[in-house]
Amino acid sequence: MPEKMKFNQGAVVTEPGSSRKYKTGAWRIFKPRIDQRKCIKCYQCWQMCPDAAIRVDAKTGKVWIDYDYCKGCLICLTQCPVKAIEKEVEKK
Amino acid sequence: MTKKVIEASHAIAIGARLCRPAVIPMYPITPQTHVVEQLAEFINNGEMDCAMLDVESEHSAASAVIGIVAAGSRAFTATSSQGLALMYEVLPIISGMRLPAVMAVANRALSAPISIWNDHSDAVSARDQGWIQLWVESSQEALDAVIQGYRISEDKDVFMPLMVCFDGFTLSHLFEPVDVPLQPAVDKFLPKFKPLYKLDVRKPMTFGPIGFPNSFMHFKKQQQEAMLNSISVIKKVNREFKKAFGRAYGDGLLDLYKMQGADYAVIGMGTLCGTARVAIDRLRKKGKRVGLIRVRSLRPFPEKELQSAVKNLKAAAVIDRHISLGQEGPLFTDVRNAIYCNDISINSYIAGLGGRDITVNHFEKVFNDLEKGKQRGEWLF
Repeated sequence: MPEKMKFNQGAVVTEPGSSRKYKTGAWRIFKPRIDQRKCIKCYQCWQMCPDAAIRVDAKTGKVWIDYDYCKGCLICLTQCPVKAIEKEVEKK
Repeated sequence: MTKKVIEASHAIAIGARLCRPAVIPMYPITPQTHVVEQLAEFINNGEMDCAMLDVESEHSAASAVIGIVAAGSRAFTATSSQGLALMYEVLPIISGMRLPAVMAVANRALSAPISIWNDHSDAVSARDQGWIQLWVESSQEALDAVIQGYRISEDKDVFMPLMVCFDGFTLSHLFEPVDVPLQPAVDKFLPKFKPLYKLDVRKPMTFGPIGFPNSFMHFKKQQQEAMLNSISVIKKVNREFKKAFGRAYGDGLLDLYKMQGADYAVIGMGTLCGTARVAIDRLRKKGKRVGLIRVRSLRPFPEKELQSAVKNLKAAAVIDRHISLGQEGPLFTDVRNAIYCNDISINSYIAGLGGRDITVNHFEKVFNDLEKGKQRGEWLF
């Protein structure tokens, strides 16, 4: 936690969106990768990701993975109907 | 004020009604049942503008308290014995989230063997969970403690939940004349609940987040400070209650009886103190210099007040209606710790477990032990 800590009564966090500050990418063992040539933009991976780590580019509609938050659970890989997502072992 | 002959359960329900809680999650358990029955009756009759939440367990009742208070409303609930035990997981969450609330606990033994009768094992066992505990002696005090309780719990220097502990059956089902305060007087005494933070979709906040090892202890220290702050708040509220309603209970923390010039005293909580008063009156008539120290606030524990109360005693006896198995009576532990530097002899007696009668004879025996210089207490059967 790099910022100066505030101890609000009852540990209440008064600003929304604070979980963005907590990056969970380092938890990953397997790293999912999207093959953009195979992707049909069905967005099932985006819908199923429990960490909202799969993003959609507003202009192109392409999906991409935010590796700051992806924990490597591989639900996206399981969900993909066209096998456009592959896994590799995360190199630390 | 109007005087009514009612049982303490009814007095607690009236006390809650006068404090205008917004929602009451309720789950019945003997001997608390008459409290929630009476509240359901008030709501049904339109005498109370309050939502009744019919929950499926005491765990849910306590969990609902979190939601109600976090949303900025006043909550009340009541339970007893196994019900309090089932709430146990949620008790430190309510206090850790600094949510003020009042819960009445009709004290009853914990099984096994199964017992529906009074002792103090349920609430005394929960004393470390960040709840202020006021132990009452009469139906009048039960009603008054609910009103005082909200003022204490919602004080800006406190913001900790509070239990009103009243003896099951011995008090909960006992009919006594009770002065019922009028609604305008209570409204004047108890302002609307002003939460520091509340859940609001227009301004989202996170309640109950994780506390990592680098922050957790800071929050616990804040809770401890709040509990220590409550010592002076309990005293202040007790004084202001006297001004508003003409009644006070000792200094709010300890209630002393015939301690002027006393050589020997018993120390206890709840209804056993009523029996002790009778024994003391009899012994005083025989010229014995005896008195009573009733501990009203178990948490926070009034150390300084106790030290000065026992100052001139030769010996004292603590009557515990609970046993910390493998150790001793927990009230005895707390009292001995507080008066460690006072040069008096102190004995521990265990009595009244699972509804066993505590009689005037028991107190006469205890005072006799003290006078004879007996150094050890015992179990009073």
